Amino acid sequence: MTQRVHSNALSRRGLLQASTALAGASLATPFLALPALAEDHPAIGTYPAGSSGSSVFVGITCPRTGTYAVQGEDEIKGCELAIEHINSGHPLIKAISPKTTKGVLGKEVKYGIADDGAKPNSAVQNISRFITENKAVVFTGGTSSAVAVALNKLAQREKVLFMTSISGSNDTTGKDCVRYGFRECFYGQTAAAGVGPVLLKAFGKGKKAAYLTPDYTYGHTVQKSMEEYLNKNGGWTTATNQVAPLGAPDYSSYLLNIANSGADFLLNINWGHDAVLSTQQAKQFGVLGKQKLVIPYQTPFLAREVGAELTEGVYAATDFWWTLEDKYPLAKMFVEAFDKKYGYKPEWGANACYLQFAFWANAVETAGTFYPPSVIKVLESGAKLQSTVGEVHFRPEDHQLVRPVVIVRGKKPADMKNKEDFWEVLEVLPGEPLMQKPDAFGCKLGETT
Amino acid sequence: MFTWANFVSQMFNGLALGALLALISSGLTIIYGTLGVLNLAHGAMFMLGGYAGYVAFEATGSYIVAVAAGTLFLLVVGIVMERVVIRHFYGRPHEDQLLVTFGLGIVFVEVVRFFFSSLTKTVPAPPMMSGITSLGFMFYPTYRLAVVGIVAVALIVLYIVLYRTKLGMIVRAGIEDSLMVDSLGIDVYKVFMVVFGIGAMAAGFAGIVNAPVVSLTPDVGEAILVQTFVVVVIGGVGSFPGAVLGGLIAGEIISITSMIDPGYAYVMLFAAMTLVLLLRPHGLLGVRGRE
Repeated sequence: MTQRVHSNALSRRGLLQASTALAGASLATPFLALPALAEDHPAIGTYPAGSSGSSVFVGITCPRTGTYAVQGEDEIKGCELAIEHINSGHPLIKAISPKTTKGVLGKEVKYGIADDGAKPNSAVQNISRFITENKAVVFTGGTSSAVAVALNKLAQREKVLFMTSISGSNDTTGKDCVRYGFRECFYGQTAAAGVGPVLLKAFGKGKKAAYLTPDYTYGHTVQKSMEEYLNKNGGWTTATNQVAPLGAPDYSSYLLNIANSGADFLLNINWGHDAVLSTQQAKQFGVLGKQKLVIPYQTPFLAREVGAELTEGVYAATDFWWTLEDKYPLAKMFVEAFDKKYGYKPEWGANACYLQFAFWANAVETAGTFYPPSVIKVLESGAKLQSTVGEVHFRPEDHQLVRPVVIVRGKKPADMKNKEDFWEVLEVLPGEPLMQKPDAFGCKLGETT
Repeated sequence: MFTWANFVSQMFNGLALGALLALISSGLTIIYGTLGVLNLAHGAMFMLGGYAGYVAFEATGSYIVAVAAGTLFLLVVGIVMERVVIRHFYGRPHEDQLLVTFGLGIVFVEVVRFFFSSLTKTVPAPPMMSGITSLGFMFYPTYRLAVVGIVAVALIVLYIVLYRTKLGMIVRAGIEDSLMVDSLGIDVYKVFMVVFGIGAMAAGFAGIVNAPVVSLTPDVGEAILVQTFVVVVIGGVGSFPGAVLGGLIAGEIISITSMIDPGYAYVMLFAAMTLVLLLRPHGLLGVRGRE
């Protein structure tokens, strides 16, 4: 496990400004009944120990090894950029968190990063250490929904805020939702409701689909959501559902079953390197010549890794694609800042992590305290938040962000304007009408204290 | 999803998969059988072979050069590793050997990740072996068919080296009783170095031959290592024919089970290993009492 701790110089002015903001916010929001002094709150989780000094610590656990390593590194970059912007009071952070000056409530944000290899037990160990040793006031992690669900439980038990990085399972803000966890990205059911109509419009009704599904919560819920949507609304049938373990070294036997299934479409639900390998092998086995590839939930870096020849004409739902900079000013600011620092266009994991820390900073600044129940109340208030995909808000009932679903289609290599121009944004669908009712997946948030 | 066409396809795929597993496992089993060292860096060496080949391919565009580079680089890595590290661990407990090889494996993986990142690297199949071939009952990637042939040739070469040369005779004698070989005046440590080199070379060769099939990432050896151990346990530790038989059995179990319920493919593989351990602890072709 690797860990790094970073810091920037503390801004004294920021501290003073934040102290004023702290007092001001408590007066301005009487409905929250916030006392002016932090000490008046009872101790809970890492509060007040984690925020009593001149800096606060945030914990980041990400896969830097294993099948989701590429996506994990992108997420880390998004987190680092957000923290850098928070500490320096960058205009992009100020656009999302207007009360931010420098740091959060004037306190410098320090952070640690640990590798979890997308394994839930490692992620829980990493964050437990950040909580006990560094008194982390908030943490992020996920990439694998199995990790996100495990961290949800940890957050609720330890009473420390958890801003999920990437997690596409219905369960994360469904049956496994918690009061202390908030999710930015949409999930299987919403992806299906977003990309489903586009598929039916493009390809018609009564088709046969083969699914290639990773064997854990993300795979099962996304597969089920897609199948339900297409079969119910389009009269599609399921030719076969091939469930493969996470990190499978070879897909030949699954692909032979798919090749022999008589399906018209291959819906590849795999993610990370699994998506890369299974797509490349589907090409090798001639499956992609006979069946049309659909990727219900787009994997960051997939197009870069398999090449535009394989993603050409492929429909996918995604959280963010960098060409949204043409539509949203904040997306333009984010893409430019990210590209300048890291030398490539951010994928949606980086965007998710950036936004999550920005939303957290905004909530703390608005609450005027790090006291978790107060921060949760602000996040649950349903207040409009500015983001790189327009106005969004968290749903109080399940802590799911209500945000647009971006439908993309893979460009022909000849149509690409530059080497990173893989996807064409077809539609940006408002999220709310696509989402299921908050209690449809059995969410019970649990107690705040 | 049982149909006869699918059954025949999966049987064939099991053979192709098994051939690759046999090749990777043979290196592991030779090293363990002769040196008594369970090399947990074997998966990482498989990966190194792939990356060495990838570098050579990027430089020359030649598949043949890539295969030669991947193989020879690992021969060198194996010999250096044996001389510098492994030889100091022959007399130490198995736990120490496991830890040091496990540690070396992590170092190899992270060094590669440092230089190449985690992004997938691709070594394309040579043009004459790319595309799809119709076998009548199914279509199969041409390169995978070629791999069956390549692996068969490699295994025959290994067989000749082990069973038809003086070196092979010494190696096999070393597997049975290295103390006796030493007593007969043969420098058993020199033999150990050569054996480790050959074992590493087999891993490197498998790594680069496999590269067009699996796509390279620094973690590619991790899952392979687990399967390789299963193969060695099923076939019998230290047995070269055992590695071949174990590989083929493992390939067929994965393929046939996945036809019935893919979720159970790896469960059945481990169940088979457990069954072998219970009924025949020394493996199908292993010799009782051999370490």
